[in-house]
Amino acid sequence: MTGKSSYVRPRCGMIARFILLTAVALLVWWVLWFMFMGSLMSLEELNATIGPAMGTAEGSATWPLLPAWPTLQPLVELLLDTPQFFVMFWNSFKIVLPSVLGQLLLGAPAAWALSRIRFRGRKALTTVYIALMLMPFQVSMVPNYLVLDQLGLMDTLWAVILPFTFSAFPVFIMLKGFDAVPRTLLEAASIDGAGYFRTFFSIGLPLGLPGILSALVLGFLECWSAIEQPMTFIKDESLWPLSLYLPQIAADKLGLAMAASLMMLIPAVLVFLFGQKYLELGIQSTGIKE
Amino acid sequence: MKGEGFAALVFLAPSMGGILVFFLIPFADTVRRGFFDARGKNFIGLEGYASVLGNSAFRLAAANTAKFIAVCIPLLLLISLVIALLIRAVRPQGKTFKTTYLLPMAMPVASIVLLWQVLFHQNGLMNTVLTALGAQPVDFIGSNAAFWVMVFTYLWKNSGYDMILWLAGLDGISDNLYEAANVDGANAWQSFWYITMPGLLPTMGLVSILSLLNGFKVFREAYLVAGAYPHDSIYLLQHLFNNWFQNLDISRLCAAATILCGVLLILILLMQRFFREAD
Repeated sequence: MTGKSSYVRPRCGMIARFILLTAVALLVWWVLWFMFMGSLMSLEELNATIGPAMGTAEGSATWPLLPAWPTLQPLVELLLDTPQFFVMFWNSFKIVLPSVLGQLLLGAPAAWALSRIRFRGRKALTTVYIALMLMPFQVSMVPNYLVLDQLGLMDTLWAVILPFTFSAFPVFIMLKGFDAVPRTLLEAASIDGAGYFRTFFSIGLPLGLPGILSALVLGFLECWSAIEQPMTFIKDESLWPLSLYLPQIAADKLGLAMAASLMMLIPAVLVFLFGQKYLELGIQSTGIKE
Repeated sequence: MKGEGFAALVFLAPSMGGILVFFLIPFADTVRRGFFDARGKNFIGLEGYASVLGNSAFRLAAANTAKFIAVCIPLLLLISLVIALLIRAVRPQGKTFKTTYLLPMAMPVASIVLLWQVLFHQNGLMNTVLTALGAQPVDFIGSNAAFWVMVFTYLWKNSGYDMILWLAGLDGISDNLYEAANVDGANAWQSFWYITMPGLLPTMGLVSILSLLNGFKVFREAYLVAGAYPHDSIYLLQHLFNNWFQNLDISRLCAAATILCGVLLILILLMQRFFREAD
């Protein structure tokens, strides 16, 4: 083999890899492009391009690279003249914020106990949390319903918030985060006379922060995009979160639908971008065997 | 420290209380109700379970769910592994790609439901492209093709998750091994076969089982493709459960939930045993 070819071949391999990666990445980039450009299009242009796929025009759908006449009109209309949108948007937050806060307040101490306090039955209890975390909604929907019905909470936002609050998944993620706190540190604290609560607040929470943030990011994304739970437990449309409203939005409101989709996407993407490190950490911790 | 049991109880009580009230106790009631008739009065034994297992909609949904898992999960594992290897190979520029592939996981299904309709509708963009290429248009949502649209959507949304797990597994393999193999004159394939693959084995077991169990959560992708009333090929357990729920067919629902939970519990316990033996 000559020096030249051995130099060229790895370069070719590298280029091929980049092309492959870019091709796959286009499947994601294109979606973002569509969402942003779509919300800058006028209703006329939307009808002319994707109207056929929405049943509002004849022919077949097309999509331009850039809008012919970019306009903020649908976004402005959505934000200023559509009170219905605001109700849904706030419903989403009214579900997500208490859920995630509850996951943190109730889940963090539980995770700490499962991770760092040695007590009888710890292994068995951890298995219960893992099993619950892995169960799909089909399994929990009936038990949830039976309780919510008994408590008279069906058709309220609490019907979605409470089951989320007691979700086992964030407990597991935080547990994995707390596992990184060295036991020697806890023993030293104990010798210095710190009790369980002192140890939890002054050592556990600061050192377990990455795990807590992971749970928060994953919890937010899960609640924000939830569909099954509100669909099952909330019949009253005035209580619906945005995630339920969007799939039902009428085709004649194409401009609004585009803008609303973007508004649904933005909080999730922002949380993703700021929390990506913790998101990855959280995913990795599901991959550590028990 | 003393009083571990008491301290653990205090820390765990709020969370365990909620789990008992919202999941464990009502689940026991769910199992019980499965043995009673629709009004919850008369004990009917296993009849309810038999009627669920014999129900044609249940069979269709269970078969579709099983088919989906059998087809999609191997694809998911393979694609995410290839992506992870490619990203490692282009280090340090792989970070942009990693972010890109992970992003769909964060995108709410509701925000892209409009786009999916534009893509896969009879007069949608995919068919525009197909027609331009001289092919016949495909009914993506109303035919068996819906199954493949759902598989594609699931892969699109979830490959990033598995990619992160594979990358963590790859990070666990010492660079020294590759360097030593390089010195011994091993080529890229040999390094892959004799170092990467064996090194990834523990990860592989775990990613497979996690992905398998997550496969039962596919409903959102099906809902994205076809809404609440989909084509038969993507009629899943969650659709059936929603259906029975709307008809207040609670005793059947209880029996079905118990059956599903039993199947999953067996899988989960097998997983635990598998990993205990691997240690």
